[in-house]
Amino acid sequence: MAVCIAVIAKENYPLYIRSVPTEDELKFHYMVHTSLDVVDEKVSALGKALVDQRELYLGLLYPTEDHKVYGYVTNSKVKFVMVVDSSNTALRDNEIRSMFRKLHNSYTDVMCNPFYNPGDRIQSRAFDNMVTSMMIQVC
Amino acid sequence: MDAPEEPLPPVIYTMENKPIVTCAGDQNLFTSIYPTLSQQLPREPMEWRRSYGRAPKMIHLESNFVQFKEELLPKEGNKALLTFPFLHIYWTECCDTEVYKATVKDDLTKWQNVLKAHSSVDWLIVVVENDAKKKNKTNILPRTSIVDKIRNDFCNKQSDRCVVLSDPLKDSSRTQESWNAFLTKLRTLLLMSFTKNLGKFEDDMRTLREKRTEPGWSFCEYFMVQEELAFVFEMLQQFEDALVQYDELDALFSQYVVNFGAGDGANWLTFFCQPVKSWNGLILRKPIDMEKRELIQKQEATLLDLRSYLFSRQCTLLLFLQRPWEVAQRALELLHSCVQELKLLEVSVPPGALDCWVFLSCLEVLQRIEGCCDRAQIDSNIAHTVGLWNYATEKLKALGYLCGLVSEKGPNSEDLNRTVDLLAGLGAERPETANTAQSPYKKLKEALSSVEAFEKHYLDLSHATIEMYTSIGRIRSAKFVGKDLAEFYMRKKSPQKAELYLQGALKNYLAEGWALPITHTRKQLAECQKHLGQIENYLQTSSLLASDCHLTDEERKYFCQEILNFASQQTNSPGHKIVLPMHSFAQLKSLHFDPSNAVVHVGGVLSVEITLWSQMPVPVHVEQIAINVHFSIEKNNYRKTAEWLTKHKTSNGIINFPHEPAPFPASQNSLPALELYEMFERSPSDNSLNTTGIICKNVHMLLRRQESSSSVDVPSGVALEDGAHVLKCSSVMLEPGANKVLFRTQAREPGTYTLRQLCASVGPLWFVLPHVYPIVQYDVYSQEPQLHVEPITDSLLAGIPQKVRFTVTTGHYTVKNGDSLQLSNAEAMLILCHAENRAVIYSNTREKSSDASFRIQSSGKVTSISLPAAPAYHLIEFELDVLSLPSAPAVRGDSNQPGLKESRRTCSEKLAASHCMVTTDHKVSIDCPWSIYSTVIALNFSIPFQTTHSLLSAGTRKYIQICVQNLSELDFRLSDSSLIDTGGSADLQLVPLNTQIQQHIHSQQSVFFVWELKWTREPPPALHCRFSVGFSPASEEQLSVSLQPYTYEFQVENFFTLYNVKAEIFPPLGMEYCKTGSLCSLEVSITRLSDLLEVDKDEALTESDEYFTTKLMYEVVDNSSNWAVCGKSSGVLSMPVAAQATHRVHMEVMPLFAGHLPFPDVRLFKYLPHHSAHSSQLDADSWIENDSLSVDKNVDDAVDSSSIKSRGSMHSASSIEHRGLPMPRLQAFPPGQVFNSSSGMQVFVIPSKEDHVLEVSVT
Repeated sequence: MAVCIAVIAKENYPLYIRSVPTEDELKFHYMVHTSLDVVDEKVSALGKALVDQRELYLGLLYPTEDHKVYGYVTNSKVKFVMVVDSSNTALRDNEIRSMFRKLHNSYTDVMCNPFYNPGDRIQSRAFDNMVTSMMIQVC
Repeated sequence: MDAPEEPLPPVIYTMENKPIVTCAGDQNLFTSIYPTLSQQLPREPMEWRRSYGRAPKMIHLESNFVQFKEELLPKEGNKALLTFPFLHIYWTECCDTEVYKATVKDDLTKWQNVLKAHSSVDWLIVVVENDAKKKNKTNILPRTSIVDKIRNDFCNKQSDRCVVLSDPLKDSSRTQESWNAFLTKLRTLLLMSFTKNLGKFEDDMRTLREKRTEPGWSFCEYFMVQEELAFVFEMLQQFEDALVQYDELDALFSQYVVNFGAGDGANWLTFFCQPVKSWNGLILRKPIDMEKRELIQKQEATLLDLRSYLFSRQCTLLLFLQRPWEVAQRALELLHSCVQELKLLEVSVPPGALDCWVFLSCLEVLQRIEGCCDRAQIDSNIAHTVGLWNYATEKLKALGYLCGLVSEKGPNSEDLNRTVDLLAGLGAERPETANTAQSPYKKLKEALSSVEAFEKHYLDLSHATIEMYTSIGRIRSAKFVGKDLAEFYMRKKSPQKAELYLQGALKNYLAEGWALPITHTRKQLAECQKHLGQIENYLQTSSLLASDCHLTDEERKYFCQEILNFASQQTNSPGHKIVLPMHSFAQLKSLHFDPSNAVVHVGGVLSVEITLWSQMPVPVHVEQIAINVHFSIEKNNYRKTAEWLTKHKTSNGIINFPHEPAPFPASQNSLPALELYEMFERSPSDNSLNTTGIICKNVHMLLRRQESSSSVDVPSGVALEDGAHVLKCSSVMLEPGANKVLFRTQAREPGTYTLRQLCASVGPLWFVLPHVYPIVQYDVYSQEPQLHVEPITDSLLAGIPQKVRFTVTTGHYTVKNGDSLQLSNAEAMLILCHAENRAVIYSNTREKSSDASFRIQSSGKVTSISLPAAPAYHLIEFELDVLSLPSAPAVRGDSNQPGLKESRRTCSEKLAASHCMVTTDHKVSIDCPWSIYSTVIALNFSIPFQTTHSLLSAGTRKYIQICVQNLSELDFRLSDSSLIDTGGSADLQLVPLNTQIQQHIHSQQSVFFVWELKWTREPPPALHCRFSVGFSPASEEQLSVSLQPYTYEFQVENFFTLYNVKAEIFPPLGMEYCKTGSLCSLEVSITRLSDLLEVDKDEALTESDEYFTTKLMYEVVDNSSNWAVCGKSSGVLSMPVAAQATHRVHMEVMPLFAGHLPFPDVRLFKYLPHHSAHSSQLDADSWIENDSLSVDKNVDDAVDSSSIKSRGSMHSASSIEHRGLPMPRLQAFPPGQVFNSSSGMQVFVIPSKEDHVLEVSVT
């Protein structure tokens, strides 16, 4: 389904990033990093809207020839970025949304762990499994 | 199908198209009206209500009026809409019935029949009336008749299909009215026709679409049909609706492609899968690309053709709709999806062909947009277009790499062949762009023509893209493009240009902590720096890479080897150092001091063990590891003293250094750690602390502007400190991971040493940790030898053996065998020697090192303690018993004249300083072997007892009472108490009344002893006594030494009783008891008990004829206000100095209360007359005087105010006398001289019957 899923801290450093296949890891890192530009742009545009009305899902950040990059930003400005293969046309916006929601829930669980230090890299196995499940599907 | 057979070529320039309206009938009439009609028709909008719930629209109608021909009517099945006549109008001017019947009716019928044959119901008959004509032919029928006839003949139930237009060419209100009616009718009918015909068309179209699953269905055919509808909408200026048609086609096609990918292939789609042979990009400059349309119509279009055509139409419509930015956005989507679709459909595409197509298309779209927007608009919408720029740049880069235009040598023959093939696929340039200098076609052709041209175009594009990204704040994207550019430069062997971009990108990644991009960019940078010959930078980057865990082992080893190779090459040029920061090479993890408190004495050995975590993948041989140490002599540094040393023990002496933060968050990483130090400022005069605080020593580093700081990787910040004090460790092999390195140093100068820098040198390479933080210090101290003598308990008690602890702090002095302490004894203090004495030797850190015995030799005035041998910086500790002899006992015997006063005074003193033991100091002078000066030590001994005495009388019998109070915390055993008269007069005898020989005296308790004083002859006026009692601690059974008894000397004076005072109270006459409120008589009798004695010889004594008298004053005072003394309460009487001489005084007293009342006090004073010659004795007298008064006060604490007043007046009298006026004085008797035989007596008083008032006072 997704080929790369990243959680990025408020300060724009990666809290979690994973991609399949692993050979293209670097490419995805660059891609996710570059997508932050658009995230920033969208967030600052959203910033004007009222907080409670704000949509967390940012939609398609930008398409590339082979991939589509979607974004999502939590209220605490933690960003989720998901890269999807362009050829995977079966994936609709709604599904992307629900995937992000799942990701957000799992991330919240990670944050609730008293042993997790906010700002540290996410090493939770539960989170990892959830990400894996989102990556394997369909693919 | 029908299309090729169509008689008229389809009119395609839809903008110039208008709905067709045919005109039949009188052509001349129409020609005359046409100008007005074509002008008037679009003037007013008309509401178009539409089917399928689509929103109604206001529409301005225009029409293309053509002459009616039968061929114009569409045949059955013809789907062409553009050529469809929406309305047929018959024009006639006929006003003559004859003419009507003759020609017009037939013509009309023919026209109607043709229409009916084609089932066209959209027609209108217009009858133009002309007043001029009417006037000419007066005989004509009323005009209505023609119209009525026509209506009757043709408009079967549709009377509105025939309208009258009156005088159309005149300018009258009637004309206007008629025109308006006509135009409205015309518009309405037109719209009705539209609705009907378009609705029918749409229905047909939908039916056709529903058949798409049937085998013979063709997308191209359907495309043409729906496009027809789009054309009509466009014709009607309904661009939105037109766009919808194209979007539907787009979506339909996309869905087919997706389905095809999913295995559900449609036959017609295979046609689109033919190999791509032409890639000439989008054409957007023409409203309709007829070539492509024809290809579609002929079903010969490729996927790219179809997509191009479709997009060109969408683009045109979007531009009509003023939405150029949507064009840009859709273009990018289109290009991406085309690439994807070709992949999905597995269309064979020559390499590079798509890149060409995309590149051309991007530029075409951009140029098209630029063509219809002004500069400002474009600048403010860069965000929409920059994606296309980036895409074009990417594609050009790909082409460049493909065609060998990026390599250093230029393209080879294979590359050239490929280039030729690619250029062939472009075909010839289109005529519409042929004249444009910067057309995409020309650009691409030129770029592919030569290496230089490619470079120019590529750089242009890249720079433009970077600039645009930067201008809209997409820094990361800009850096990413910059990295591509750097890669290009590296391929072109111009690393100096690449470096800038790489550094920029790296900085960005570092700032945001993206590990993988950092590693990758660093790798590129390393190569770049290597080419540039920036040795230091290269080495530093290499060291960072060698320690980078994101690289493979091989890569890390490679970079590590690069460093080591360099190090080994440069050994021949000594003195040249390359300083690199250490953190990438190795990290300081922890540090451990031995001794663990990091305090060492001069000459002592300090070892520092550091744990270095080597980041290198292979073992590295380090020639030297050095710690630079900063030395400071800090005066008054408490840390240096031995006390501090023994009191402060650090837990384990291990200092852990914080883990070097991971590359995130970057903001913390880029700042150096704070270096905080304590700061004390002392006043120069008395060395007291003025201010204290914390200062940061690297403020200049922290407060530097972030922007101006050069790249994080530039090691310029690392400065090698050159300190005189360096801890070194040579030739160390650092294995990957943790390494322990041990430094040993011998402490030399006392002071504080701060570890500043850590350097590891590999050949000429110096890896430097510029600041060791948290601050690590060790102290070196030197200490003078010292001797401390202190009691073990809180205070030393005199008289019994006490333990004293001797502590010798050796300091820098080594105690040899034979060194001894020479104590010159104080006489009153003994040092008790035991058979064996043991001393304990401790190290300076209070660890016991040994146990030794030592000897004490006492000879006369000197006691010599031979110390056990002890090394420097150790402590020798031992205990000795000392005994303070009460040889000079409490010098208390010199009591002042009146014994009573003396005792009372001490009593009051004791109250003031409660339980304060009297102390004696013993000073011992000790000669120490390390010093020529003697140390004088004062030991303070406290006397555990306090003793008071008092004289008790019973008539003429006398007793001495001694009170011994134990002030100490110990219990004592008292024995052998004795009281002796030191005067030794034989006729005086002290008879002890004490029964017990031994007595315990507990802490804070008292013991009393009493002796009766007996004498045979006249006693002396003063008696010197000494009380002594043996004591020993109650807890100890036997003491090794015999203890001296405790003695107390005192003097008793004037103890012989001279007067007996007796008071008696008698009830009033005739009464049995005294009664409150009634007067009783008080009789005081004063009796002299002895003849003239020595003590009587004073000023009051008067002599006349061997007959002596003295003057006495008596006073009756009632302190407890029980009695009211009536009349004179005091008086002076002359007393004969002879035994049994008695004076009686009567007084009236009245009891104030009932009950057993104590007698009022009767006091007796010596009444001294004024003595003119006693000025020399004034001081002594006044002292006595004052003292007596103070005695009074002590006795009469509760005197009533009247008595105070009386005394006050008396006193003032005496004070006046003191100033020179001759006044008599009073002197109290010593307590032994007056015996009050009625003291303590009480008299019974009954309450008075008349007493009604009962006063109760509660105090």
